[in-house]
Amino acid sequence: MMESSHIVALNAHPIARKRRIEASSCGRIEIDNVTITFGRGAAAHQAVSTTSLSIAPGEFICILGPSGCGKSTLLNAIAGYVEPTTGAVTVDGERVTGPGPDRGMVFQQYSLFPWKTIRENIAFGPMVAGHSRDECSATANTFLEMVGLSKFASKYPSELSGGMQQRVGIARALANYPTVLLMDEPFGALDAQTRLMMQEHLLAIWNAFKVTVVFVTHDVDEAIFLADRVLVMSASPGAIMADLPVPLPRPRDPDIATTADFMQLKKKCLEHIRAESLKAFEQQNH
Amino acid sequence: MGAMQTKPKATPEAVAPAVPPQGPPGAAEAPAAARDKGRAERAFALLGRVGPDLAVGLVALLSGLLLWHLATLYNFNYVINFQNVPSPLRVFDAFLTQLADEEFYIHILVSLRRILIGYVLAVILGVAAGVAMARSRFARAFIYPYIEILRPIPAVAWIPLAILMWPSEESSIVYITFLGALFPIVLNTMHGVEQTSEVLVRAAKSLGASRLQIFRHVILPGALPSISAGLAIGMGVSWFSLLAGEIISGQYGIGYFTWNAYSLINYPDIVVGMLMIGALGTLCTYLVRVAMRPLLVWQRRTR
Ligand SMILES: Nc1ncnc2c1ncn2[C@@H]1O[C@H](COP(=O)(O)OP(=O)(O)O)[C@@H](O)[C@H]1O
Ligand SMILES: [Mg+2]
Repeated sequence: MMESSHIVALNAHPIARKRRIEASSCGRIEIDNVTITFGRGAAAHQAVSTTSLSIAPGEFICILGPSGCGKSTLLNAIAGYVEPTTGAVTVDGERVTGPGPDRGMVFQQYSLFPWKTIRENIAFGPMVAGHSRDECSATANTFLEMVGLSKFASKYPSELSGGMQQRVGIARALANYPTVLLMDEPFGALDAQTRLMMQEHLLAIWNAFKVTVVFVTHDVDEAIFLADRVLVMSASPGAIMADLPVPLPRPRDPDIATTADFMQLKKKCLEHIRAESLKAFEQQNH
Repeated sequence: MGAMQTKPKATPEAVAPAVPPQGPPGAAEAPAAARDKGRAERAFALLGRVGPDLAVGLVALLSGLLLWHLATLYNFNYVINFQNVPSPLRVFDAFLTQLADEEFYIHILVSLRRILIGYVLAVILGVAAGVAMARSRFARAFIYPYIEILRPIPAVAWIPLAILMWPSEESSIVYITFLGALFPIVLNTMHGVEQTSEVLVRAAKSLGASRLQIFRHVILPGALPSISAGLAIGMGVSWFSLLAGEIISGQYGIGYFTWNAYSLINYPDIVVGMLMIGALGTLCTYLVRVAMRPLLVWQRRTR
């Protein structure tokens, strides 16, 4: 399904090299005293309570937390889909006021345009940006090759497996050369085998592009395997209650999950989550 | 004898897959031969599956024709009266006569022209109104009462008022045709646009698409299956309405032709007109589907 040869080839890719140089200064995210409340008056529901956070250019961040704790809401605030009720999100010093091509978004599933071929899906960003047909086609080819799906260029999304569709989703987001890649449980709907391969593949892509990645997940192993830093979120209203650096060496391969360092980190994460789940459980019973 | 004839034929084909190791030319031929064979087999399999049904359908039609023929031959008259009903053969004769008559084509062309004008107007206005209703709360609140009040009124009921309202008979018939197609198109377009996937709109936004680009590349294609269903239904209703208009007023058109045949006691032509109406309606609906097909290729392709 995925040969290691093109992962290696990624590092040498001219676009990847160009991006790496730019990335050293772009993609800084500042979340400054953000709270997010849905609804008003009696129906008001606070999804995210006061959160401040700084993400360095090129960093790989995982937001870890139980479902419903506000991970997506926080991510959507960075993406610009949700406006913070108080506070502000800035990317490279500019305040986020809406979605934009500088922040690529990868969703859990069903986010490819079903009426567009794989090639057209990937070329969507360049196309709406008004690039020429040749440029769009060249960009699409580059990214098709990057995710190893050149053979499927003229297929429609429904003709691809879930894992392939997510690779297209990643390629489509990257085809805009964003400085930030936002991913909302992108592998959550995949089977365990495919998920592991996708994680490795994502790390290879990230290593080549050095974009800032904010990756939302509720899977502890996934968070530790991928991240430079794992942010553990507490349940309703969501807030970041732990900021755990992951000092594991890179490049990482799946065997790392059996090392003592990994286990140690996992234990720490689980303790935080367990305390949080208990609290949420008790809240529900009162 | 038969077995001896088939045997030598079958042998080279059976051997063919073993050829490749011997040389490239054989290797190139073998898959092609296998593919042809596969295609023929599939065609036979298809015939095997639908063949019996087709045969039954054909027998049913022929027996119907025969019953019709017998009923007219013996002047069947019990509840249903066949004494004035033309026999199938007379209808066929009348059809051949009409095919040689220039006026028959004028009737057809006049009907088709009315459909074309009324339907195209209904498509333009219907899609626009449907989109507006799905996208704007105001437009929906404004237009919906009209739809609720006017939709249950059949085209035939409009005829007297339409004749009073419009400057010519022609324009009143076109108006009725238009009205017939309008409602299914409006409602299906509205439902299609309402079904727009929020995730896809978000994806398009984060890829940098403008509102117009989102409409053109996300909302419209997503609504297309529903719109296309509305267009096909609209075409059917449009014919239905046209016929009502042509039978009651007008000097030309296939509906007028049919009714006029009755007035002139030219009974075989009634059936010729009826069959023509059915054929033209089916043809138009088919053309709508064919026209939409290239836009919906993605729907028929799945893993
Ligand atoms: N658009 C919205 N309107 C109202 N409530 C919302 C909205 N989006 C999310 N919520 C609520 O905010 C909370 C956090 O949701 P979410 O961020 O999706 O959690 P997670 O992604 O961690 O599963 C949930 O209680 C959810 O019901
Ligand atoms: Mg979520």
